[in-house]
Amino acid sequence: MKDKIRIGVYICHCGTNIAGTVDVKEVAKFIQGLPSVVIAKDYMYMCSDPGQNMIKEDIKQFGLNRVVVASCSPMLHEHTFRQAVQDAGLNPYLFEMANIREHCSWITEDPKLATEKAKALVSAAVRRIYYQEPLEVREVPVTPSVLVVGGGIAGIQASLEIANAGHKVYLVEREPSIGGHMAQFDKTFPTLDCASCIFTPLLSAVGQNPNIELMTYSEVEEVSGYIGNFKAKIRKRARHVDEDKCNGCLVCVEKCPWKAVSEFDEGLTERKAIYTPFAQAVPNVPVIDTEHCVYFSKGTCRACEKFCDPKAIDFKQQDKEVEVEVGAIIVATGYDAFDPSAITDYGYGRYGNVITALQFERMCNASGPTGGNIVLKDGSEPKSIAIIHCVGSRDKNYHEYCSRVCCMYSLKYSHLIKEKIEDAEVYQFYIDMRCFGKGYEEFYERLSNEGVNFIRGKVGEVTDRTITEEEQGKLVVVAEDSLMSTMIRVPADMVILSTALEARSDAEAVARLFNISRSADGFFLERHPKLDPVATTTEGTFVVGCAQGPKDIPDAVAQASAAAARVLAMISQGKVEIEAAIAVIDEELCSGCKICNLLCPYSAITSDEEKKVSLINEALCKGCGVCVAACPSAAIAGKHFTTEQIMAEIEGVLV
Amino acid sequence: MSFEPKIIAFLCNWCSYRGADLAGISRMKCAPNVRPIRVMCSGRVEPDFVLKAFEAGADGVLILGCHSGDCHYVEGNYKTIRRIALLKKMLSQLGIEDERLRLEWVSASEGARFVSITNEMTEQVRKLGPFSHRNGGSNG
Repeated sequence: MKDKIRIGVYICHCGTNIAGTVDVKEVAKFIQGLPSVVIAKDYMYMCSDPGQNMIKEDIKQFGLNRVVVASCSPMLHEHTFRQAVQDAGLNPYLFEMANIREHCSWITEDPKLATEKAKALVSAAVRRIYYQEPLEVREVPVTPSVLVVGGGIAGIQASLEIANAGHKVYLVEREPSIGGHMAQFDKTFPTLDCASCIFTPLLSAVGQNPNIELMTYSEVEEVSGYIGNFKAKIRKRARHVDEDKCNGCLVCVEKCPWKAVSEFDEGLTERKAIYTPFAQAVPNVPVIDTEHCVYFSKGTCRACEKFCDPKAIDFKQQDKEVEVEVGAIIVATGYDAFDPSAITDYGYGRYGNVITALQFERMCNASGPTGGNIVLKDGSEPKSIAIIHCVGSRDKNYHEYCSRVCCMYSLKYSHLIKEKIEDAEVYQFYIDMRCFGKGYEEFYERLSNEGVNFIRGKVGEVTDRTITEEEQGKLVVVAEDSLMSTMIRVPADMVILSTALEARSDAEAVARLFNISRSADGFFLERHPKLDPVATTTEGTFVVGCAQGPKDIPDAVAQASAAAARVLAMISQGKVEIEAAIAVIDEELCSGCKICNLLCPYSAITSDEEKKVSLINEALCKGCGVCVAACPSAAIAGKHFTTEQIMAEIEGVLV
Repeated sequence: MSFEPKIIAFLCNWCSYRGADLAGISRMKCAPNVRPIRVMCSGRVEPDFVLKAFEAGADGVLILGCHSGDCHYVEGNYKTIRRIALLKKMLSQLGIEDERLRLEWVSASEGARFVSITNEMTEQVRKLGPFSHRNGGSNG
């Protein structure tokens, strides 16, 4: 027979967060009168050590076998209290939480109504817990290898941290080389470190690390499994160059007569049809762009093959699919730069001397298309340059958020321009200067003394319709100077648009692939904005770098290291706990109709043809409860969310 | 005294529950009439839960799941759509007004949407008046 149910209920004040609105004493008094409630107490901070100890002592003293804490959201402290009751010898599933802070005190104005609602929420938890059963927490082993998706600075940092700790990393990159956006940069703010000097050693460290299996020109196509035990299918696209044979001499690139626009140089120059994106590419193995290679369209040429000594060119190479098993996944897929042609008033695409930030970055780079010279379309040197901030950011028409890095890179551009063209006039059109990082404000201060013109105001238009003689032959930036409250016209030879960082165009599909959520701005959503910033709602899957939101290099690196630490902790434990709240079929009741078999999104339910019943594979079940709701014979129970428990909760919440 | 409807909201653990949390964290204010019950997926909501809610004294029921394509369990919310459409037909046969049951999508980042749906539903049900299962809704 079931033991007599003895429930202890603890109402948290959370300082004044709850007690300021909800009359906690009244709630405790009300709850004390409910059936099976042995004790109901209120306390200042239930999550504190004394609060937790009070629960532990009461479990012993009063022989409690169920505990309800009414406090904040279970997302915050469910784990804390489950641990506390477990320490006192109770099964963690004999604990229930009533959310009277986020869902009650914080969201309700009237203290009386808030108190009534709190009573209802706690009463629901009390009714529900009456039916809760102990569940066995399942442990599964962790595969000691990691999938890192995206080879920009964040993905590289995470890979190196894990590989250096001695564990296998599969680093998957869509482009022919790792490097991401950082490889395109010239200098980095505020130190003005040369991006290549600090970054290329990392690229080669990845290439040489025996623990990193680098898969470039590849994409993850399918992910299955769960924390500790994921399986990922990766499509390695055909490079048409044998990676094992190629010695990286790049004679093929030299001999190739066909050209296409260079993606890496942001369209400022051309590359060959067989190419590596940039000189320090890792791996240093070219790919054939079959769209622009004439052999693939017309069947003739084969110049690359002719000149390839090691016979590495392979026109017949096919895409390869590989499957890897990993314990954890780190998503570091980065960002897209906002396409400013959407803002037609700025003239991008119409005026040749209106360029994007990334184009300027390439232009400034010594290995870029102009050899590091800042030049206009006609090859001459600009004498006046306008930099427009917040292009696509802080703009309700495009992205409401601040992209965080544009103020700083715009300041960096001013310095680089002044360094290369001493007498150039530089105009910064800004809304607010946001120089938030270490050494950033100091950098702003320094630039303010380098003779840069700062104009606070939003630019309305960039035009070639000139009025004065001074404007002749130039672009005119029309803006409001909001400090002077006047409209101004600034003639400039070149206009740089500081474009927003936005979520990748395929972020939605990627989110589905890895079963992670996105926030309203399109970037991937972290589990908790403060306390769990690199985890996602899918256990064992982490998100780092700009895929999670716009950020600068130091923040991306910090996140990557944080995620690596989380993964290494899992691997060193060797095992993880997985959800005990899964579905279970009562064979006595199952009629073998197989409705559940088809509904299960994880194919966790199969049919035993001999017994004519359905079976659930515990390792595959994630506990969504879709089958439970659909079973016409009520033969499936959703553990911890049983029909009995939810029905009791419905009754309780309607008191 | 004016009528204060009681509304039960089934919230998905991954999206709308967190959306409601966000509304609280952002100190938005909303009608206290909606009483949340957490489920792992809107697909767990059995038609029986809705009937039980009306029987136990609810004046309205909200089911808030993940937006199309965002289901934490791949496609649980699609099953909810089909299930609730059927349930609505049945409710109308029982004489229960269509407006007393509402299925909506609220993501974890949509605190404001949670508040506006909560407030709308409260006013909508307030207009309908108390639900009385004894006479099977207003149509008797």
